[in-house]
Amino acid sequence: MTNSLADIEEAEVILVIGSNTTENHPVFGMKLRRLARRKGTRIIVADPRKIDLTEDAFLYLPIKPGTDIALINGMMNVILREGLHDEDFIAEHTEGFDEFRKVVEKYTPEYVAEITGVSSSDIEKAARLYGSAQRASIIYCMGITQHTKGTNNVKSLANLALLCGNIGKPGTGINPLRGQNNVQGACDMGGLPATYPGYQQVANDEIRKKFEDAWGVKLSGKVGLTVVEMGDAALSGDVKAFYVMGENPILSDPNLHHLEEALQKLEFLVVQDIFFTDTCKYAHAVLPAAAYAEKDGTFTNTERRVQRVRRALNPPGEARDDWWILCEVARRMGYEMSYKNSEEIFEELRKLTPQYAGITYKRIETVGIQWPCPTEDHPGTPILHVGKIARGKGLFTPIEYKPPVEQPDEEYTFILTTGRNYYHYHTGTMTRQCMVCNFYVPEPYLEMNPDDARELGLNDGDAVKVCSRRGEIELKVKLSSRMKRGEVFSTFHFSEARVNLLTGSELDPISKIPEFKVTAVKVVKP
Amino acid sequence: MLVKINGQEYEVDQGTTILQIAREKGIYIPTLCYLERVSPIGSCGLCVVEVEGQDELVQACNTYVEDGMVINTDTPSVKAARKAALEKILEKHPLDCPVCDKAGECKLQDLVYELGYEERISHKVVGIPLLKEPPVSYSTPGIKYYPSRCVLCQRCVTICSEYVGREVLVVNEEGDKPRIEPLYADRCISCGECLAVCPVGALTENVSPLKVRPWQKKVSRTVCPYCGVGCVLELNVGDNRVVKVTVDESIPPNYGTLCVKGRFGFEFINSEKRLKRPLIRKNDEFQEVSWDEALDFVAEKLTAIKESAGPDAIAGLASAKCTNEDNYVFQKFMRAVIGTNNVDHCARL
Ligand code: SF4
Ligand code: SF4
Repeated sequence: MTNSLADIEEAEVILVIGSNTTENHPVFGMKLRRLARRKGTRIIVADPRKIDLTEDAFLYLPIKPGTDIALINGMMNVILREGLHDEDFIAEHTEGFDEFRKVVEKYTPEYVAEITGVSSSDIEKAARLYGSAQRASIIYCMGITQHTKGTNNVKSLANLALLCGNIGKPGTGINPLRGQNNVQGACDMGGLPATYPGYQQVANDEIRKKFEDAWGVKLSGKVGLTVVEMGDAALSGDVKAFYVMGENPILSDPNLHHLEEALQKLEFLVVQDIFFTDTCKYAHAVLPAAAYAEKDGTFTNTERRVQRVRRALNPPGEARDDWWILCEVARRMGYEMSYKNSEEIFEELRKLTPQYAGITYKRIETVGIQWPCPTEDHPGTPILHVGKIARGKGLFTPIEYKPPVEQPDEEYTFILTTGRNYYHYHTGTMTRQCMVCNFYVPEPYLEMNPDDARELGLNDGDAVKVCSRRGEIELKVKLSSRMKRGEVFSTFHFSEARVNLLTGSELDPISKIPEFKVTAVKVVKP
Repeated sequence: MLVKINGQEYEVDQGTTILQIAREKGIYIPTLCYLERVSPIGSCGLCVVEVEGQDELVQACNTYVEDGMVINTDTPSVKAARKAALEKILEKHPLDCPVCDKAGECKLQDLVYELGYEERISHKVVGIPLLKEPPVSYSTPGIKYYPSRCVLCQRCVTICSEYVGREVLVVNEEGDKPRIEPLYADRCISCGECLAVCPVGALTENVSPLKVRPWQKKVSRTVCPYCGVGCVLELNVGDNRVVKVTVDESIPPNYGTLCVKGRFGFEFINSEKRLKRPLIRKNDEFQEVSWDEALDFVAEKLTAIKESAGPDAIAGLASAKCTNEDNYVFQKFMRAVIGTNNVDHCARL
């Protein structure tokens, strides 16, 4: 996030796009709800589904899945036409405006209405709301990034923020909500194929030298494989072993068949986890890890706040800290790596990670600190880009709308989107062990518009088969008026109906995020 | 503007209540129903104070200060009124403290202790109201509601509508004992905010079968393992089991709020299904082995593949569920020990 969870209070208008906030980031969603009700903050929700937050939204834009870019271009078209853009800001802090303007010109509200399914008057209304606010914030989540053009979606939102000077001050910004609790930290720590901790490039000789010195070995400067590419490489035989720590890719990866085959082909798979997950079935060694409640350490939340995690109880049986296990394997492979405790690891990593350099366990004893925090007397950074854009000038990127790769046709008539449910989390390994979560959502379901169901002769709770061009699953149908006609929704929490058997592995060319949000499917009685 | 409290003058801002000023200046006024996060409820009558020039006592929580106001918080009439208010509450509240989950962290217990109620209890109230009614169903299975313990302070009703924005609860005045009723139970999101603010044992946690007295449990502050909001929460642990989750209202980013997963999603920690010993596949079956055997096995395999096919034939997935420290060590392991940059995680998914 460029801004903080707390400073959203300063916004007059909030555009929530591709984020089912009240279900996926509930405490933040509650806050949005409260702001709308008690402060009169105007919330615009753009989402294919009539999600809960629409109840408190000032304006709801029911867009067709995968048409976000057209919508944003349309809003910007209106903002420019009506002169609601921030000319001073554009002149002073941005570049690439003219070229960008040319592209946007074509996206008249009428044209965009056709693509998105949102009425032209609502597009105008949204544009005026966002464009005339002193401070307007954009909140987005996987609904924006899980498309083949996710990177462009994000750039598009950046265009909108730049256009209205909504960056670098409280109550503004482009704010992605991170899905899992320590995604931010995993990225910060270099759990990425191209970067060391702190987003320092592995391909940069100087940087690599720094890490070579710190770790006392020669390092490879070759950028590694992303998770989906790893699957391909395993299939082709280029990758022979996987080391998986605390992940269950067998449920979360797109196009599962392909991944299943890949895992089966591996010469060696080792999995470190707290449960025997579906991925473990393919493993050669499974190592029991401590859960978060049994660990000391830190997590970094979506607003870049580094917070302390504390050991509250002892791990069961012989389960051990993940880092301990890794150190033990390293030692046996001839590399001495040992730490007294998690704090010693943190001390090492903060010396190599400029954003974390000023953070110590002592400083975050009670309240976490938001990075960048370069020195021990630095208070942390709640808002990024204050006074200037991080890369010097904000760059406008002209972006054209392109339809999603998958399109419904005569056979596959529905568009399936996937996501999460309020009561469950990721692949369900944790929440499905919890009474309250299971009470509400005990089994997988397919959300469908009641009129569509009637046409297919389906009642609430009927079993259906959902087939895509890649696979099929069986589950129960749940009628829901928040679905538009022609669109269905399901979650990936359940191993008995693995929705990612259906999804494609078409990737965004830059972020390499798969397209989860648009899959053409047919729904039939089993 | 200026006000005088108990003979002492204070400079105060307009639009503040007597209770807010008193709290700020460290002047004690007892309350039961008051909650900072929502508008004053004014149901308990404990915060009464005397304002000179007014015939009746006023409630400090919902009376705004005026210039020149002279306030007394500790006169005999104030004390008597507070005792009477407390008595009214106690007459309806069973003294089943020995079997109540809340004993030891009960606001009512504290108030009784503090306001000196002994003589009344021994003379008048004793033995009257024991726990007459078992818990009744509530809006979520995560919470039990004991109507007979309920003091109708309406904290739950107010926090649910004003703060959570769900308007699930109402006060049902019908019948011989008024009670809270989850009239719109289908709107409940099991956030447990109502449970957190219940001052007595009327709403109690219904997830953990094991209950522990407050003085026997260990409370550790940590971070919710689920979504990226990263709510700070406290695990209450007894006998190496999580028995409850509580929150500190003063700490960001969530300032006391949680959702269903943060509040009630802790059973997996003590689940019987947790992995407890290392497993190795032998003849296509998993066998429990010692750490030494497992670690040797993993190290041997990885070394062999690294030597025969090169470091880039090995790939690793770090985890968005593990700590920064775990992830740091993981990527260091892949890069420095294995020798590849094939490290990613499932965040893109
Ligand atoms: S759990 Fe939350 S939503 Fe449900 S009644 Fe209590 S406060 Fe309201
Ligand atoms: S309590 Fe809910 S909102 Fe808070 S971090 Fe946990 S899952 Fe997210």
